[in-house]
Amino acid sequence: MFKALMSQVRTIWTILQHSFTRAETVQYPEQKPYLAPRYRGRIVLTKDPDGEERCVACNLCAVACPVDCIALQQGVKEDGRWYPEFFRINFSRCIMCGMCEEACPTNAIQLTPDFEMCEYNRSSMVYEKEHLQIEGTGKYHDYNFYRVAGLAITGKDKGQAQNEATPIDVKSLLP
Amino acid sequence: MTELGTISFGLLIIFAAVGGAAVLTWFERRLLGVWQDRYGPNRLGPFGVFQVAADMLKLLTKHDWVPPFADRLVFVFAPTAIVVAMLLGFAVVPFGPDLYVLDINIGLLFFLGMTSLAVYSVLLGGLASNNKYALLGGLRSAAQMVSYEVFMGLSLMGVVMLTGSFSMRDIVEAQRDVWYCVPQVLGLFTFMIAGIAESHRLPFDLPEAEHELTAGFHTEYGGMKFAMFMLGEYLGLILICCMITTLFFGGWLGPVLPPVVWFCLKVFALICFFVLLRAAIPRPRYDQLMSLGWKIMLPLTLFNLLLTGAIALWMEG
Repeated sequence: MFKALMSQVRTIWTILQHSFTRAETVQYPEQKPYLAPRYRGRIVLTKDPDGEERCVACNLCAVACPVDCIALQQGVKEDGRWYPEFFRINFSRCIMCGMCEEACPTNAIQLTPDFEMCEYNRSSMVYEKEHLQIEGTGKYHDYNFYRVAGLAITGKDKGQAQNEATPIDVKSLLP
Repeated sequence: MTELGTISFGLLIIFAAVGGAAVLTWFERRLLGVWQDRYGPNRLGPFGVFQVAADMLKLLTKHDWVPPFADRLVFVFAPTAIVVAMLLGFAVVPFGPDLYVLDINIGLLFFLGMTSLAVYSVLLGGLASNNKYALLGGLRSAAQMVSYEVFMGLSLMGVVMLTGSFSMRDIVEAQRDVWYCVPQVLGLFTFMIAGIAESHRLPFDLPEAEHELTAGFHTEYGGMKFAMFMLGEYLGLILICCMITTLFFGGWLGPVLPPVVWFCLKVFALICFFVLLRAAIPRPRYDQLMSLGWKIMLPLTLFNLLLTGAIALWMEG
């Protein structure tokens, strides 16, 4: 009984000592918290180092998305590249899980450390491709999908990609 | 004092007490923030003091709703009872040598009676809501009040014995040499705990116990009716602090500063201590609360009573 009482007194004393410790609060709108570079916030579409859009409209992000907030349609340019004719993310559904970024084979879709995207109008939360597309390369500066992929496009035939051997003509008997 | 003077002083006390209780809602949150390493409401006005006005506006503009299944008359009446009882309790508090509304020779009994009346508010509120949680809250408050009332009165009998009077002024005057917190330290301890239980403040707020009973007795209340309950609770806190100051810390007595300032300073320090208790001590379980009251506090009070009586007799020779 006495021990229990002393424990309460000690608790009060400990709390009283907290009069002299600083508050842990981050005063948010004036004082921004540090967000890690890999923080999962607003989604962007990046471009490769040559300034072409990275997205090849493979739909893997739309498949990976657990809340089905990504919609896109694939189109083909004259040079053989694939690209999204439209790319739409409904951020009122998005849960910032980052599955799309993990699924993306070309590092095109990336999450950024920005979460301040409140709107008064719900339809303003639907971002189209022109809202999502940024000019930079995002987190991966050197990566260019078409330079390492085997797909033939204008100006780059089969076997001309990095680390790629020229294709073997299996129908020829010549050594 | 003339009759008019008494009435106007009474009105002044009412406004000061209600205003104090309103500011206390903000002050308590700030103080809790300090002890929990955060800021509390600091956005509106200097140090967030206008938070009080914002809260008030919000409560005033809320829909004044009475649940269809409630006992309408009692439901509306219950919140006023606690405020009225607590405000009446302030009548016997002596704020200075001649600053009081009334000085009756049973002042202490009047105070005990008024705080007991406040129980009806909680009990009827819980009953009239016709809601299981509210009923459980009302039930708990009834049991808690009954068991803590017993030794709340008894713990003050030591003070009465030493003074030989129930009048608040006499009690303060009798503390000229030594404050009663020294010879009556057990009485102070038990009265303080009973006072927290009586105003059902946090360590003993089992009637509302928000993580067991949603909001206890005021589950069905909203808007200004809810605000009345809160006002009553804070008035109770101020009243208990006034009482502890008067009975154990020499009331208005003190050097240099004017008597009223001394009184207010002591009350303020006690309020801070009560907030500290809220910040530090977790809520006990219901059966622990009851066994603490009956098995520890009551025997302790009776022991104090016996000891004080014996010493008083011995001193008389």
